[in-house]
Amino acid sequence: MKYLDEYRDGDIAAKLVERIHKVRTRPWVIMEVCGGQTHSIVKNGIDHLLPKGVELVHGPGCPVCVTPLEMIDKAHAIARRPEVIFCSFGDMLRVPGSDGDLFSIRSRGGDVRVVYSPIDCLKIARANPEKQVVFFAIGFETTAPANAMLAWQARRMELKNISLLVSHVLVPPAIEAVLSSAQNRVQGFLGPGHVCAVVGYTEYEPLAQRFHVPIVVTGFEPLDILEGVLMVIEQLEQGRAQVENQYSRVLAREGNRPAQELIAKVFEVNDRKWRGVGMIPRSGFHLRAEFRDLDAEERFSVQTIDTMESEVCIAGQILQGIKKPHDCPAFGTQCTPQHPLGATMVSAEGACAAYYTYGRHLKDADLVTLGGARG
Amino acid sequence: MCLAIPGRVAEVFTHEGLHLARVQFGGVTREACLDYVPDTRVGDYVLVHVGFAISRVDEEEARRTYEALAELDLPGELEIPEVKEPAGGAA
Repeated sequence: MKYLDEYRDGDIAAKLVERIHKVRTRPWVIMEVCGGQTHSIVKNGIDHLLPKGVELVHGPGCPVCVTPLEMIDKAHAIARRPEVIFCSFGDMLRVPGSDGDLFSIRSRGGDVRVVYSPIDCLKIARANPEKQVVFFAIGFETTAPANAMLAWQARRMELKNISLLVSHVLVPPAIEAVLSSAQNRVQGFLGPGHVCAVVGYTEYEPLAQRFHVPIVVTGFEPLDILEGVLMVIEQLEQGRAQVENQYSRVLAREGNRPAQELIAKVFEVNDRKWRGVGMIPRSGFHLRAEFRDLDAEERFSVQTIDTMESEVCIAGQILQGIKKPHDCPAFGTQCTPQHPLGATMVSAEGACAAYYTYGRHLKDADLVTLGGARG
Repeated sequence: MCLAIPGRVAEVFTHEGLHLARVQFGGVTREACLDYVPDTRVGDYVLVHVGFAISRVDEEEARRTYEALAELDLPGELEIPEVKEPAGGAA
């Protein structure tokens, strides 16, 4: 496919790797913020191509992972109601709450549906006027225009049987939280390309300046990531700390203005709790007062639910780049994608789940390699 | 979750107040909303996330940056620094 396949070219990747080896003189720790980038890095083994001493640590940019357990439990409480059709992106279906997941609610008779796009809920609501259609509106800035459009259209079409359970999070406050931590090791960032396609990257410029860290807004294909790493290392080696744009074929500094305008009409910034990390001030969205009647938490009066997280799980430290999946004693044993103990194992884009999926929980002795049957 | 895929706009139309398109991703065609990239035309490439085009691929920029990547291996001799006249030498 055009604009995908050519960014997976092995020969160019090899040249980029060679250039990184040439440019780097010291060890550096670089964080990729977005879960999609984490997945691409682990899937393509990009971290293994880099010189020793250049370490990629994985950030908090998987919205499924950081959705708090309390919110998952609220979703499940609403989805169990007989009058509700509960709609969600597929990624949320297997995320366990305190008592099962959305799949298990469906198997017990709940009407839980996976939608490709939030606006699919408009058709479902019109086809089922006697039912309440609830959409689990999770995501980072990338998904906010789509979720905002659902609220906007529901209002415009005067659909009374639609509501949104909103759990939206924002990247810059999370970067600030990582950099403000006393344990921070991160020296440079690969910025989230698709988040910035929507909101631009002007908000990242004061962060780069204040914390003196380079931030390179980067795409998702192997060549994008390798070029992003090269650009970060060049800045680090030269002592620069600027926001640069590797993903210029897709986005410009100001982002997508029409999308920003609708987001601002529907949502406003609020404090959000992040699973594994805790409360981060002004790190999410909720519906503006004018749209609050579409808020599923209010419509169904779901109570705050007390939850307990695993004591073994170190997801919070992994999300902040302080530790890696292998540092956790439960990784790949007690904790697997089938039985996740915490944030970074619950979605394919979480660092632990990506490491597990691509066999990084296996010991060398477990690996059967091609031509391995020697002697 | 923030996955967005580039596809080619095959058809544009309006339905219930939304500006929509049929977008081709390799052999698969899906509907996408163009409200956030309003000047998009048939033949353009857009980046689609959960049924919404969030940006239009800048084809000229893509060509330019890809060529720069492909030309990374400059001939070795071009990387040898030029010899400059010593300071204070003949002007």
